[in-house]
Amino acid sequence: MSGAAVRRGGLLPTAALLAGAVYCLLPVLWVLLAATKTRAELFSTFTYAPSFHGGLVSNVRDLFAYGDGRFALWARNSLLYAGVGAALSTVVSAAAGYALAKYRFRGRTVIFNILLAGVLLPQITLAVPQYLLLAKLHLAGTYWSVLLPTVIYPYGIYLCRIYAAAAVPDEMLDAGRVDGAGEGRIFAALAVPTMLPGLITVFLLQFVAIWNNFLLPFIMLSDEDRYPLTLGLFTMLDQGVSQQALYSLVITGALLSIAPLVALFLFLQRYWRIDLLSGAVKR
Amino acid sequence: MSSRTRAALLFLTPAALLFTVFLLVPIGYSIWLSLHAQRVTGGLLLGRRREVYVGLANYHATLADPEFWHSLLRLAIYGLLVVPIMLGLALAFALMLDVPATRLRRFSRIAIFLPYAVPGVIATLLWGFLYLPGVSPFRYAAEHLGLPVPNFFGTHSIFGSVANIAIWGGVGFNMIVLYTSLRAVPAEIYDAARVDGCDERQIAFRIKVPLLTPALVMVSVFSLIATLQVFNEPMTLRPLTNLIPSTWVPLMKVYRDAFVNGDVYAAAAASVVLALVTLALSLGILKLLQRRAFAEDR
Repeated sequence: MSGAAVRRGGLLPTAALLAGAVYCLLPVLWVLLAATKTRAELFSTFTYAPSFHGGLVSNVRDLFAYGDGRFALWARNSLLYAGVGAALSTVVSAAAGYALAKYRFRGRTVIFNILLAGVLLPQITLAVPQYLLLAKLHLAGTYWSVLLPTVIYPYGIYLCRIYAAAAVPDEMLDAGRVDGAGEGRIFAALAVPTMLPGLITVFLLQFVAIWNNFLLPFIMLSDEDRYPLTLGLFTMLDQGVSQQALYSLVITGALLSIAPLVALFLFLQRYWRIDLLSGAVKR
Repeated sequence: MSSRTRAALLFLTPAALLFTVFLLVPIGYSIWLSLHAQRVTGGLLLGRRREVYVGLANYHATLADPEFWHSLLRLAIYGLLVVPIMLGLALAFALMLDVPATRLRRFSRIAIFLPYAVPGVIATLLWGFLYLPGVSPFRYAAEHLGLPVPNFFGTHSIFGSVANIAIWGGVGFNMIVLYTSLRAVPAEIYDAARVDGCDERQIAFRIKVPLLTPALVMVSVFSLIATLQVFNEPMTLRPLTNLIPSTWVPLMKVYRDAFVNGDVYAAAAASVVLALVTLALSLGILKLLQRRAFAEDR
């Protein structure tokens, strides 16, 4: 095949992928431009025409002034729920996945299968009873009610087990034992560093899942000051029906809340191992 | 018990505790609730509200409720739009990314993956405004080009409008999962096929797609589970259109029953039914596709 033929063979896939890229960027580009518009311009100018009349600055100022600085509070809450929740669930998943991959004991298969069933189980069955149970413990409506249920992450345990089985050599653990290290120390000092790429993946997956979560805080929380960004912006949109002035703030808020996550992704792209998800870890 | 077994059980303890408290107990409680109801016993004035065992009455009521069936029907239409289109596009994009002659691969890959970082609620906000008359660029473009103006909030088009948001949000992630498992295939396999005279299209359909079967099974099951639980997108779109009732999909009905109507018993019965449907469908897919995978082996 000649070089020209190879290039011609690439024309169709290149064009199709670029069409896909345009489709995916369209709304993101729109929010970027719409956030620059003043309230009056939002419904009066062509939607993809940017505005340079100080709309962005006033939108951001108004957004942070809304409800006595509620937006900043929501952003902090989102960061807290996603950051702490994902960190805790990574630690729990790492320990459990490592134990299931590297130790032989009775009941191991049974435990693993029960956890796996948890992966298939729809959240739908859990939301209502979780609320009722936490309400009985007087925890509904608190930070804990959104944080605690996200710490258990069966899929994360599953991924950690796969990764530990593939990446942590038994010889390394045995060498540690010969040197007289305890099991806890072997895990912390030898296994965890080896599992790091897998752990970063689990952390990021769970971070995004919690950051994007809507149902759990929607059910659990009633105090607006404890809302995450998703729930806060939803409430603003809901009020926007009666006061359209809020639309500009909702749009600006949407832009500001996706910017950090997009940046995190572009930055961490190279560190995480999506091949874990398709079970294609090279041994 | 050996010290190693003790260590293993210790490592498992936090997960097991949390799993019990936040998964097993709620499931059990859900089933218990679905078999009970609140009844007023005693006289009208001195009556007390008590939880009584009602057997399968809540299930009978759920299955006899036309609203439940309507929400299931809407879910089926929505799911039949989302899952095939999203996974079809993801597979096509993954295969095209893996064609050596394709240009601008890095840009396209990142751009298509980007929506994964956008929460469903925010994605709905963005698309909601793009659908909204007065803001929509699609309506604007159609008006100026003299084409029929699309109505994104019509009785039928509403399904496409909600499905589009889910497809937009999910196609990139599934593409990346499929693409990374393609990258794990040793290049020698393709070289051998090229030596045998296969072109890129034949390599894609005869070699890559069969090799992707396990990954495809996995993304199908996960997409199906996510689709059956759809809630965020229609719920967020509600303020912008009056075409989405509070029981548009089953999870919205469960939410309304439990938290607006205060009938947690009916909500529990409906959610148990949905969980069973989800489990049956995902196990069905696993079985069906695994049989196909075995057929490829033979």
